[in-house]
Amino acid sequence: MTDHAVASSRAPLEVRGVSRRFEETVALSDVSFAVNAGELFGLVGPDGAGKTTLFRILTTLLVPDSGTATVLGLDVVRDLWAIRSRVGYMPGRFSLYPDLSVEENLSFFASVFGTSIDEGRAIIAPIYDQIEPFKDRRAGALSGGMKQKLALCCALVHCPEILFLDEPTTGVDAVSRREFWDLLGALKKSGLPILVSTAYMDEATRCDRVGLIQRGRILAVDAPAAIAARYPNPLIAVHANERHKLIQSLRDYQHAKSVYPFGDEVHYSDARAAKAMDDIVAELRTYLAGSGFTDLRVKPISAGVEDAFMELMGQPEATVRAAA
Amino acid sequence: MRLRVLRFLLRKEFLQIVRDRTLLGMLFIMPVIQLLVLANAVTFEVKSARMYIIDKDHSSMSRGVATRLAASGRFVPTESSPSMAEGDEAILDRRVDLIVVIPEGFEREIVRDHRAPLQLVFNAEDGAAAAVMQTYANAIVMNYAGELGAEVSPSVVTKLSVGDGGAPARGHPVMELRRRGWYNSELDYREYMVPGILVVLVTMIGTLLTAMNIVREKEAGTLDQLNVTPINRSTFIAAKLIPLWTFAMIDLSIGLVVARFVFHVPVLGSLVLVFFAATIYLVGALGIGLWISTVAETQQQAMFVTFSLLMVYLLMSGLFTPIRGMPVWAQWTTEINPIAHFVALMRAVLLKGARTRDVASHLAALAAISSVVLSIAIRQYHKRSA
Ligand SMILES: Nc1ncnc2c1ncn2[C@@H]1O[C@H](COP(=O)(O)OP(=O)(O)OP(=O)(O)O)[C@@H](O)[C@H]1O
Ligand SMILES: [Mg+2]
Repeated sequence: MTDHAVASSRAPLEVRGVSRRFEETVALSDVSFAVNAGELFGLVGPDGAGKTTLFRILTTLLVPDSGTATVLGLDVVRDLWAIRSRVGYMPGRFSLYPDLSVEENLSFFASVFGTSIDEGRAIIAPIYDQIEPFKDRRAGALSGGMKQKLALCCALVHCPEILFLDEPTTGVDAVSRREFWDLLGALKKSGLPILVSTAYMDEATRCDRVGLIQRGRILAVDAPAAIAARYPNPLIAVHANERHKLIQSLRDYQHAKSVYPFGDEVHYSDARAAKAMDDIVAELRTYLAGSGFTDLRVKPISAGVEDAFMELMGQPEATVRAAA
Repeated sequence: MRLRVLRFLLRKEFLQIVRDRTLLGMLFIMPVIQLLVLANAVTFEVKSARMYIIDKDHSSMSRGVATRLAASGRFVPTESSPSMAEGDEAILDRRVDLIVVIPEGFEREIVRDHRAPLQLVFNAEDGAAAAVMQTYANAIVMNYAGELGAEVSPSVVTKLSVGDGGAPARGHPVMELRRRGWYNSELDYREYMVPGILVVLVTMIGTLLTAMNIVREKEAGTLDQLNVTPINRSTFIAAKLIPLWTFAMIDLSIGLVVARFVFHVPVLGSLVLVFFAATIYLVGALGIGLWISTVAETQQQAMFVTFSLLMVYLLMSGLFTPIRGMPVWAQWTTEINPIAHFVALMRAVLLKGARTRDVASHLAALAAISSVVLSIAIRQYHKRSA
């Protein structure tokens, strides 16, 4: 009970200087951030950034080399058993029993927490109602989106006080992704703090705050809009008939700072931060028309959170999954 | 609370096992493989053995013995005389395969005492063939005795033939042993192998399936999911071991039934003792499986490690080669080899009717080995999953 008193006075999740290596690989390096009460916090980063390693530490499956972390005010190393019964965890990979039915999986996870589907019904209802028609189907035979909803139900059925979702939308179609985020939004309204990781940068906008992680380091922690507002350079969206060639030409342009595909357009940022936007647009249009592009559209835009991430990571587009 | 959780875990395990076709296949195919191995041992089958009859009683009952043996189609009476010396001559010249000696007063004794001696002398040049002959002859004689409401206790004599190096002087029976308590490891290959095959069976189920089962959860990621719940390690381990222990016991029962009723292997000792010993032994076998599951990351690795380990254990167990034929250092290792103890115990109990106190040393060794193995495995398991 004293644990609880301590917990209520603190942020539900605090990470302070956590590092972890696997032999040569530095998976996490001095990671610090906190998730506040009732907050939907997104951890955004490319493959291999260290997201899963961090989740495993926070869910007591792994011990950090250095640094400390508290979940609900409980130390992840010392108080592992207290943490285990009070958090909900959805691992990155589908980790339910494919040979058990939807209902069997759910009631199994409910029962190991000493509860039942009926008792957990209130919290899982919005999600479970969608998969209940398939409750006798083997979990292994569900579609990706359904599997994910079932996994979320299993992580929620014991009414956890904080939720950890590791890349819940990876490998799921766009519609299911959107639906899933809608569900998270609804859950958040119930006051449940949620830490969710993703490699899709466009999903960052669905979070209250995001932490951008790359190669084990946190590059920025802020609200998505605030991160977007940090974008320092003029940004221009370009469309032309041959996109691949367009990227090449833009990269060759003498004032180019960065160029990356974005949907069916290409985002171009100019190195001359002080120059007037209209002038840049006009120059660029002349340059591209001169290079033989047709069907040209060149328009100034304000940076989104994804552009800000690209800027912060300073990486070629290949390592991140931009909006589809 | 713990027990409640254990119950839910067990329910889940049984559900999964019952739904796993490959696993069920293994559980039921294993005894069949055992059966095939046994069937192979019987390919030494003697079509019809030539029989020398020495009937000193000349009664209807004594003729009945010869008739029954002949009627089975497995024995053909080729010669007869009242002279034991001539019978010996015939077997040593390899003209016959066995001699049936019916002593004078056979019928009278059966009528009066409901029991009478009967002697079967086999040519044991080919041990396996002799064993098969003996099994059939015994069965037929016992059957006949049953019909007569009597107890015929055949005594068995094996004769070494002239071809054998240490051939005895003609006319001298080499060994004369009562059937009860009679045991000759070299003679009945099949009887000798059955207990060993049963041991292999339960070991496979116990060790391999335990390792595979836990590693499968590791591979699927469900182990991580389970670890972020209040299930403690001991409950988890118990939930894994109990179902596989149960299935190993079921397989042992199937194996015993097949051995007893399909292949007529004697079960002389107490089955309770057999199952009690199996219980202790399996704790160790499952413990090894648990240990393997902590070092293997994939089911393939688990299988590889299990087979390598079991191969060594089996070869050093005295299952295929008698322990006394091993080098001295190897004989020592059998002291800490659970398979060696269990094989020896099974042979003693099934074939010789050994009782608890006769095999107490094996039981004690098994108990010691099992508790050491299990505690090491549990420790290792705790260490591995932080
Ligand atoms: N058990 C391990 N042994 C060795 N290296 C590991 C282990 N787990 C993670 N790593 C390494 O640590 C780094 C971070 O991995 P992690 O799985 O945490 O990244 P991630 O952000 O979850 O990536 P992904 O998008 O691929 O899931 C990677 O380079 C990975 O190869
Ligand atoms: Mg990951």
